[in-house]
Amino acid sequence: MMGYELMTARMRRGEMTLGEKLWQVSWSFILLIAILAAIGAVMLYSAANGSMDPWASRHISRFGIGLAVLLVAALIDIRQWMRYAYWLYALALVLLVGVEVRGTIGMGAQRWIDLGFFQLQPSELMKVTLVLALARFFHGADLSDVGRPLFLIVPLMMVLVPVALVLKQPDLGTALMLMAGAGVLFFVAGVRLWKFVLVIVAGLGAIPVAWQFLHDYQKQRVLTFINPERDPLGAGYHILQSKIALGSGGLTGKGFLQGTQSHLNFLPEKQTDFIFVMLAEEFGMLAGMALLFLYVIALIYGLAIALRARNHFGRLVAVGVTVTFFLYVFINIAMVMGLIPVVGVPLPLVSYGGTAMMTLMLAFGLLMSVWVHRDVQIGRRGAYDDG
Amino acid sequence: MQKDGDRSKVFARRVVLLGGGKALLVSLLGARMYYLQVMEADTYRTLADENRINMRLIPPPRGHIVDRFGVPLAVNRQNFRALVIAERTRDLEQTLRAFRSLTPLTDYDYQRVLKESSRRRSFVPITVRENLTWEQMAVIQVHAPDLPGVIIDEGLTRDYPYADLASHILGYVAAVAEEDITGDDPLLELPDFRIGKAGIEKVYDLPLRGKSGASQVEVNAVGRIIRELRREEGEPGHEVQLTIDIRLQDFASRRLGEQSAACVVMDVHTGELLAMASMPAYDPNAFARGLTNQEWKTLASDPRAPLRNKALAGQYAPGSTFKMVVALAALESGIMNAEQTVFCPGHLRLGNHLFHCWKRGGHGHMNMTSAIEQSCDVYFYEVARRIGIERIADMAHRLGLGSPLDIELPGEASGLIPSKAWKTATLGQPWVQGETLVASIGQGYVLATPMQLAVMTARIANDGLAVRPTLCRQAVVDGGLVPQSPPSFDSIGVSRQSMAVVKNAMWRVVNGNRGTARRSAIDVDGQTMAGKTGTSQVRRITMQERQSGVRSNEDLPWEFRDHALFVCFAPAEAPRYAVSVIVEHAGGGSRHAAPIAHDVMLETLRLDPSRNRVPGQTAAIPRDAPPDAPRTQNGGAEMAAGPATGTNDGSPPAGGPLQ
Repeated sequence: MMGYELMTARMRRGEMTLGEKLWQVSWSFILLIAILAAIGAVMLYSAANGSMDPWASRHISRFGIGLAVLLVAALIDIRQWMRYAYWLYALALVLLVGVEVRGTIGMGAQRWIDLGFFQLQPSELMKVTLVLALARFFHGADLSDVGRPLFLIVPLMMVLVPVALVLKQPDLGTALMLMAGAGVLFFVAGVRLWKFVLVIVAGLGAIPVAWQFLHDYQKQRVLTFINPERDPLGAGYHILQSKIALGSGGLTGKGFLQGTQSHLNFLPEKQTDFIFVMLAEEFGMLAGMALLFLYVIALIYGLAIALRARNHFGRLVAVGVTVTFFLYVFINIAMVMGLIPVVGVPLPLVSYGGTAMMTLMLAFGLLMSVWVHRDVQIGRRGAYDDG
Repeated sequence: MQKDGDRSKVFARRVVLLGGGKALLVSLLGARMYYLQVMEADTYRTLADENRINMRLIPPPRGHIVDRFGVPLAVNRQNFRALVIAERTRDLEQTLRAFRSLTPLTDYDYQRVLKESSRRRSFVPITVRENLTWEQMAVIQVHAPDLPGVIIDEGLTRDYPYADLASHILGYVAAVAEEDITGDDPLLELPDFRIGKAGIEKVYDLPLRGKSGASQVEVNAVGRIIRELRREEGEPGHEVQLTIDIRLQDFASRRLGEQSAACVVMDVHTGELLAMASMPAYDPNAFARGLTNQEWKTLASDPRAPLRNKALAGQYAPGSTFKMVVALAALESGIMNAEQTVFCPGHLRLGNHLFHCWKRGGHGHMNMTSAIEQSCDVYFYEVARRIGIERIADMAHRLGLGSPLDIELPGEASGLIPSKAWKTATLGQPWVQGETLVASIGQGYVLATPMQLAVMTARIANDGLAVRPTLCRQAVVDGGLVPQSPPSFDSIGVSRQSMAVVKNAMWRVVNGNRGTARRSAIDVDGQTMAGKTGTSQVRRITMQERQSGVRSNEDLPWEFRDHALFVCFAPAEAPRYAVSVIVEHAGGGSRHAAPIAHDVMLETLRLDPSRNRVPGQTAAIPRDAPPDAPRTQNGGAEMAAGPATGTNDGSPPAGGPLQ
């Protein structure tokens, strides 16, 4: 009893040993994401026509590395994350400008920096650091501050600068995810609803202008989304084949390794963006629903952590991470089911691809850090003057 | 702290709101999943199968066409093709060069293969060469290791072993044209498929075609075949048996030779056609292969019309072969009997018109028999004047003239038998008696096809049964084949006595002392032939031409010369075969048509299988007789050879146009 009291007191002050921190990590959550990654490995095994090569084995090893990243991030004190939030954001911004400049100079639309074992996309890093930066900003803000429109100019700029850079790459999907994630942070930070309405109305008004700036292939995607049968052999082909694969899977699916749409290559990019379709074709709607259910549990974890955290920074980070995760899931599944245009967002933890995996594991690491340091109290002015 | 509490409350409230929003969106995903995977599952399952399953048609082998003894006239020949699959070669050009060193390959084909391979997916086979000989195929197969990617494929091509001997009967097959795609037979969509475009090939196309088989294959997104799922064997096309005896068809065609001519041989009891030759003809193999523009132009513009079946579609003034019709009409009318005589001074005056007999000095007193034997025109002018055109037209129709005979081939002409009503209806003018006189010698408006003349002769020979010609042992009913029902023909209602008079007169044409075809008489085991000559005037020689030295038919340009005709039946004692011959622009019938008919009839009798069994048997040729039986068994061969050449070359030149 005493030990527990002592420990919570120390937890409140953030004085935990490494072992205590490890004990605090939510291992059930780790198990949940491991199950998701395992589902991914199974589907990648099927996508390679029953082979671990080339995708499933690398998926597993990347998950291993990701797990290490997660744990390291989880053990770092939440106050340290807060302290370096702006610096990390600035670093991501510099890298973003860097690939932009380098891409313009030589290599076309290059969006990544090669780190050997995986390719770092600054835009992915930005998804995490933007959450950190905004969380830090709103951590120090009263509701009355948030109520002043002028006060919102700084965080707005923090969002719009990277969004503009990402749009220029051009990567519509990431830009939308950045805006949506940031929007949610503004929302939970207490920005009044009428301001969102105002921004959305202004945004809708800007659509005709924005249309001019879209690349042809992006216009195609939007037009094809509005009417997929417009061009069944061209741009609409992917959505149509994806829907055929889903629908023909039915309730219980065609069986492992038996998906005709995926194995006969009618389904595009079955190992990355369309892997959910492959799952639903081979194992049916029941498996699709089950996967969705696992994601929902993960989301509940995230929101529960957000509600449980005592410090505002942690709450905001938890919400930001959860929202980013949710956006991945929703955009991907909605896209392959023909609900929204194809924007090229992978299915978290299941799709093959190192960048998104690392982004997510880092984000989950932050979430875990919030959980581990949930009782740490952080002063209004920030971590360093707290003492 | 109070402010922080507010902030926390707002935060908590909004996180719950956020969770609610997410729950809504996730439910949307679930609902969409339910819609796609449960409600629309059947639709998408069908679409998925359509995606992956391709039906490949297996074309059935086309049915053969055989003659009355089963000799194949239209068959399918194996066509060996060399194909190359680009993805199986190490280097396509290298393979092609190796191929070239073994088998000739034109530069054009070489370039074509390279061009096609750049356009198509690499697993699609490309034809390198067609129609390989067996030796070439063997060479290629032996050198297979040097020819990676080359495969030999075996297709079927239509082949007509007798080439142009029966082209007008058989017709030909050719590629499917847009307008041919009417039914729902998927075979028509195949690029290599051929359908019947003329003749028996066209009329019997459905039964000959057969039913297509199908192979269901699973393909991937780029169309590569993964495996065969199901196979359904088709049904090969049916065999069609003709009544033609190809040996006789062969003989008749060769006997007509280079002339623009037609010849029909018919069984007078059954109506079966043993030969129907029309010359010149064309090679149907060329059509099956595909004609070049130049070849087509040559064929289409030839004045001797090789594409036209003259036996069926050629309409000619029957000339004096029509006189039997007038004679029978007269006898049946009761207005004249066979013995009544008419004096022929060489012409007949009607009003202020003179109607000439072909013989300048006239024939003197003629009764019906001698008038037919010597083909006296004046006698028939007089008879026609007495009985009138209507009786003549009626008898002509009863003998099979003036309307199509519904034979199993397309393009049959109806001929023309004029009457008063016809002339008023088509020309809007009243009939004049002079036209009756002209019609009585088969000139003027009267037109008949060689087929109709053979039918007319057969109906006289069989004592007035309305025999109809038939070319095929089976009939097409609902796209399938059924055996022809055994023939039963009504009587045309002409008395035996009248027939006997006409038949006797026809016998005298060939066998009488003054008969116009006496040089074409035959005597096979005491069996003789009866017939009638005819010369059909294409254009009258004008007074100007007479004065400028044109005396006879030979002095005119080819296209203005007379047509030579001859109709006959044999054996005269127990008629079995009727033959009609027309040679366009040849001259007189006795000199240019009768000898051909004579040779053809001799060959017909020689080939008659019944003659080798029971002499004098009058039944039709047994259907199951082996094709070679007559040739090996009797001495008819020498008999046919002798008179045939003798009549051709040894006959003395005639003094003028004989009728």
